[in-house]
This record gives sequence, structure tokens and C-alpha cells, in this order.
Amino acid sequence: MKYVDEFRDGDVAKGLAAAIAVEAKRARNYSFMEFCGGHTHAISRYGVSDLLPVNVRMIHGPGCPVCVLPIGRIDLAIRLALDHGVILTTYGDTLRVPASGGLSLLKAKARGGDIRMVYSTADALKIAREHPQREVVFLAIGFETTTPPTALAILQARQEGLKNFSVLCNHVLTPSAITHILESPEVRQYGTVPLDGFIGPAHVSTVIGSRPYEHFAEEYRKPVVIAGFEPLDVMQAIRMLVRQVNEGRAEVENEFSRAVTRDGNLKAQRLVSEVFELRRSFEWRGLGEVPYSALQIRPRFAEFDAERRYTLTYLPVPDNRACECGAILRGVKKPQDCKIFGTVCTPENPMGSCMVSSEGACAAHYTYGRYKDFVVKMPARREAAA
Amino acid sequence: MCLALPAQVVEISGNDLGVVDLGGVRKEISLALIDDVAVGDYVIIHVGYALTKLDPEEAAKTLALFAEMGPVETQIQ
Amino acid sequence: MNTLRKNYVRPLDFKHGRVDMSHGSGGRAMAQLIEELFATAFANEYLAQGNDGALLPPSAGRLVMATDAHVVSPLFFPGGDIGCLSIHGTINDVAVMGAQPLWIAASFILEEGFPLGELKRIVDSMAAAAREAGVPVVTGDTKVVEQGNADGVFITTTGVGVVSEGVLLSGDRARPGDAILVSGTLGDHGMAIMSKRENLSFDAPIVSDTAALHGLIAALLATGADLRVLRDPTRGGLATTLNEIARQSGVGMLLEESAIPVKPVVAAACEFLGLDPLYVANEGKLVVVCGAGDSERLLAAMRKHPLGRDAAMIGTVREDAHHFVQMKTSFGGRRIVDWLTGEQLPRIC
Repeated sequence: MKYVDEFRDGDVAKGLAAAIAVEAKRARNYSFMEFCGGHTHAISRYGVSDLLPVNVRMIHGPGCPVCVLPIGRIDLAIRLALDHGVILTTYGDTLRVPASGGLSLLKAKARGGDIRMVYSTADALKIAREHPQREVVFLAIGFETTTPPTALAILQARQEGLKNFSVLCNHVLTPSAITHILESPEVRQYGTVPLDGFIGPAHVSTVIGSRPYEHFAEEYRKPVVIAGFEPLDVMQAIRMLVRQVNEGRAEVENEFSRAVTRDGNLKAQRLVSEVFELRRSFEWRGLGEVPYSALQIRPRFAEFDAERRYTLTYLPVPDNRACECGAILRGVKKPQDCKIFGTVCTPENPMGSCMVSSEGACAAHYTYGRYKDFVVKMPARREAAA
Repeated sequence: MCLALPAQVVEISGNDLGVVDLGGVRKEISLALIDDVAVGDYVIIHVGYALTKLDPEEAAKTLALFAEMGPVETQIQ
Repeated sequence: MNTLRKNYVRPLDFKHGRVDMSHGSGGRAMAQLIEELFATAFANEYLAQGNDGALLPPSAGRLVMATDAHVVSPLFFPGGDIGCLSIHGTINDVAVMGAQPLWIAASFILEEGFPLGELKRIVDSMAAAAREAGVPVVTGDTKVVEQGNADGVFITTTGVGVVSEGVLLSGDRARPGDAILVSGTLGDHGMAIMSKRENLSFDAPIVSDTAALHGLIAALLATGADLRVLRDPTRGGLATTLNEIARQSGVGMLLEESAIPVKPVVAAACEFLGLDPLYVANEGKLVVVCGAGDSERLLAAMRKHPLGRDAAMIGTVREDAHHFVQMKTSFGGRRIVDWLTGEQLPRIC
């Protein structure tokens, strides 16, 4: 696969690993947060951490829209399917997330809810066209990457005069989340976040461009390097971050220059602002209420807004008291520090946002890396006896 | 997050629709979010939509950067 | 050559006819369905006995029995259909125990309204698969359920085979130092199915690998090599099978990602949907665990066989109290290949 395989080359990786080891000052520790769940997944899946020197550590941020989707919002979707009898269309990622009452969308389907997985909003529109006598709701999730397709779907629905289609909007915004991590009141509770810089999201940035991070790098004096999705991209971005830290810079650099420009995709941005507006505040699972961090559908598209079309009461649902996601998402604790990691809380039975999807910090560690937790326990004498 | 892939545009139909090819797999997707795309271009695909075009020159530059060894001065610690 | 009994006023209408409740009621309609469709297609001496059960000759050796329900959707996919899949699947389950498959029983649950023409296609495909494999369908059953209670047709097949003296293949026999081999490319079947599912359609030349493996397995047994475990990585893919073996044998494993054969187009299809080929189902592949010294011999034997051309050694068994299946990624790092969490679903994130 062109533009994919070259960016996964193991030999080049060795060279980059050596380069990072050379540039990282031995006397210093470096902690970088990769904001985007896709980067978390790439790091775990390819074992990138194994190629980094011990003093360069990756902290996994909250950039997984499924992870940060509050249980209460999934409950709304379930109620729409079970109580209002709508055809609930959704991306595959949300189907297994446990919600209230021992339900998930998948379990609600087993109870008779008409819940259908779609690959694209286009599929949801198709279902609405094919079933004019049924109400169809699309469960919209995702960061700025996934928002333009939802905007297009609503515009398309309006253009076609579809009377049975609406969207339950849960779109969230990246820069506000990064800001919140660095300056929220909880920081006082958890202590200063030991972050030296950020790896900026790949595909969000193709839409919003690199500009939104500039104010933020300046304000908080943290370097940001936007990185592509492949493991070599991530390693190169880490090298660039190490260099910035060593040189005392706090700039926005773009490693993903093959797909990201400073302005981003203006057409997509225009479409989004035509359909959506900012919510004053929105609950993020694991982070609490975050101001100006999410989108809602503009009043002129009210007929396509499921929150207006149906009487829905939102009830926030708190996480398990032992859940340490709040600290883990800010890089103050590691998955292994959580008392319920791997015991009560597993990918099959996630208790908090970090375990919910394969890109949450805890899920990634559990699925790909937990063998490392046991390495210390294997006694040396075993090797001699073998 | 945002599972997105670079794929090559092999067909452009009307109505902002097109077909892309990734390693032999073809899929119909929407081109409504970008302008000026031609058959042969590479685009980034996410949930059935092309988000942006991929710049082959920048891709080559990036690959070259990977191979570059760091500045010698920083090696003294 | 069958002569139609004059009891049936009209022959089965395969063009326009559909299954209805009378086909499962035990009366004439059902008898006609059995005679004109099933018995005609499967045609063998045991079915010809015409009894509720098949009277089989005695066997020399220990018996193996295996059973499988087939509920695949769509019923027809590139490279096969639910019919041949059910025959291959059961033959393989018997054969990986080191047994020579002898007889198959097939029971059908038909949905009211299912087109007879499609049923005939499926049954003919089963009959062809059974004939090609040399394993007859000796007895069967048919039931009809009301519309909505089955996905067109569900098939359950049970197979019986006989194991030669001295052959012992079992999931708990893997030992540290053993080699882990696969007979060919992974993920073909699962992605062929995905390519036809309505809400995830794409055009890709991916064909199911569904095949009967007893010939390939016989070739492996004939080498006289020290075979410890044989298994076919079906639902849950290679990863699930290896984790099962690791747990059963109380060992760990270390795989080499770059050695695992996956067709480029299958890899691309998995990328598209965010799936991992290691967890995608296969229906014509073998996982072999053998003594380290025998890996070359077994690989050579597999590669000589049409179903084993892409055979490869993918890892080794090692000591591990936690039974982890670890993998050296082609990138150079390490990860574990864990048990599957729930069902693998395509993702956007």
C-alpha cells in the first residue's frame, strides 16, 4: 500500500531510534503526550515504546471520541432505539460501550432495538430514504475529522427534503481538550502535569490545519509536532519534539506535511460552521465538564437535531469511584497505577473511558503491552535452567 | 482516533462521488469535501469521505527526513 | 438414475418454488424434498438404505466425532457458500485430530419462504464438496421454521473419522522449543465474507479459502514427523487458536510478524475497516505445532501440496507462566497478541 508501507519500515525505524537516542540528553527526562487515540494505537500495536530510550516517555491522552463519550449520551441513543422505536445508526466503535442498566447498544439490539452499524453517514441517509415511514437517527461521534461528514449528511438531508432523518450530535473539539488538560482545576488536585510537549493529531489537523495549535503552543510554552499516523511518523515527531525541548523552543511543527497545511481544509471548515455551533459546555468522560469543547446543531437545522426532535432527558452517569481515568488522561498516573486495572476493569468489562476502546491508554496497554508488567517477576534462574 | 487511509482515486463519477483503490481494494467514496481532484491523485479517506489530497512531494521529503541523522553538536551530553 | 415416483403430482419447482411449513411436517411434501433434492444430490449407499439412521460398517481404530453449526451470512460468497463450507469445516475438525474422515451427517433448518432454487445450489455445492473429498453424507434431517426465525438456512454437520495407531494430536502437547507453522495466507475467508456484507461492501478480489484439509494433513502424517498440535484457525483467527493452544499446553509463544503470510489485498481490506488479520477467520488453513527439528520437513511437505503452497514458519513455543502469545512486530518493537475482546467490529477510530 503506497504511502503506508514506506512509513512502517523497520530498518528506517532502527535509524530513527538511534537518532532519538543520540539527541535525547541522558540527564533529562522527556514526557510527551500523544493526544490522538490513533497514535496511541500505533504506538502500542507496533511497539514503538520499545524503540525509545528509557528517558523518553509517552503519555496517552484522551483523543478517542468513543472513550470520552459519556455513558449518559449512549443511554440517550439506547432510549431512542428502545422507547422511540427509531432506526439507530452508528459507527461500529460505539456498539460495545457499556451504558446504564447493564446495557450497551449491542445488548439493546438483542432486546429488540433496531440498531444498525454503518461505515459512513451516506449509509445512514440511504436507510432513511429506504424507510420513509420510520424515523432514522444517526449517532454522531468524533473529533474534527469526523464532523464534516456529519455536516454534509445534514445538508444533504435538507436538500432532499428528508422528513425522517436526524442526528444525535456528540462531536467534540481537540484544542479545547488540550487546553483543559493543561489548565483545569483538577491540575491542582493531581499536581502539575509533567508534559514537555504534544504530538498533535494527524487527521484532525488535515481539517483544522496547524494554525489552531499556534496560540496554544505560545500560551503554554509547550512544543507541538503534528504527526502522521504511521509509526515512523510518530518516531520522527518524537525526534522533533526532543530537539525543540533541547533548543528551548515551543513551536508548532508539522511532520505530516504530506496531508496537513497551515489552513487545513477550508471547504470542510465552512461546511461545519454552516451546520454546527459551539456548546457552552459538554461533559467529557474522564475529564468532567469542559467549556466550549463540543458542537451542537444550529437552530436553523432543528428538524435534523435529535435532541430537539425527541424529548430526551440527559442524566449524567458517574464512573466507578476507583477509576483513575481522570489522572491517567492527564498523564499523572499510569494504567498500572489504577487499583482496578486488569482485575475488575478489562476490555470486556470497561469501568472508565481509558479502557472503553482499543485506543484508550488502559485498553492499549492491556491488549498489547501488559506482558511487560510481568517481566520483573520472571526470575533469572529460569533462563539458566532452560 | 480517526482511522484514515491514503488511497488513490481511480474513478470520478458525477455527484461528488468517486472510487478509490488501496492496495487492490476499491471503494466508492464521497469527494464532496475537496475540490480539484483528478484520477491518479492520492487522497486521505475517513468514514467514506476524502478529507484532503496527499502531496507526493512532501511525502518524499518526509521520508528523506527520516533517514537524516541528527546534528552532530547535540551528541555531546 | 432415479425414477420419479408417481405419488408426486408435480416435481419440485426450483425456479419459483419456496420452502413452506409443509416441507418440515413429515408428510409428502417433506418426503419429496428429501427424495428429489437431498437424496438425489448426495446419492450414496447409506442414504439409499432409506432409514432414519445410517448403518455403518465397523472401523479399525479409535473414532473421532466432531460437529459444527453453520450460520454464515451471506449464504453465497466469493469462493464458496454455506453448503461447501459446512462440509469442509466438519472434515477439517475431524482431520486435525489426526483422523481420516469417513462419514458426515447433515441437518438443515430452513426458513419458511427460502427459495428452493437457492437451496438446490447449496445442496449441490455440498454434494460436490463431499464427493471431491471422498466423504459421503450418510444421514440427515430437515426442519422448517417460520419466517424470520432463521437466516434462510442453518446447517449443522457432524463428522466421524478413524485415527491410526500411534497418532496423538492434542492442544495440550505444545512444548517450549517447538516450532509454529501455518499452511498459508491468513484472513482470506473472513474478508471475503466482509466484502459481501451489505453495509460494508467494496470491490476486492478476495476469495474465501474454504477447503477440505484432510489430504494435506495425511501428507503431514505420512512424513513421520513429530506433530504435536494441529488446528484450523476458524472463528477468531490465528490469534485465538494460538491463545487456546498456549493455554491448553501451559506455554507461551513468540511470533515473528514479518513471517506471517497475508495477501496484500487482504491486508489492505483489513486496513480499510480497522481490522487485524490475525483475528480474521480462515476456513482452509492449518496451524501446526511440531518438534523444532521437523519444521523444515513439514514445510516442504506442505509446500508440495496445492493447499500448502504458502506455508511458513511463524514462531516458536516458549516457557511462560502467563501463557502470553508475544510478537516481534515487523517494525521492530514487541506486543502481545491477546485473546479477542468480543467480536471484531470495523471502527472509525
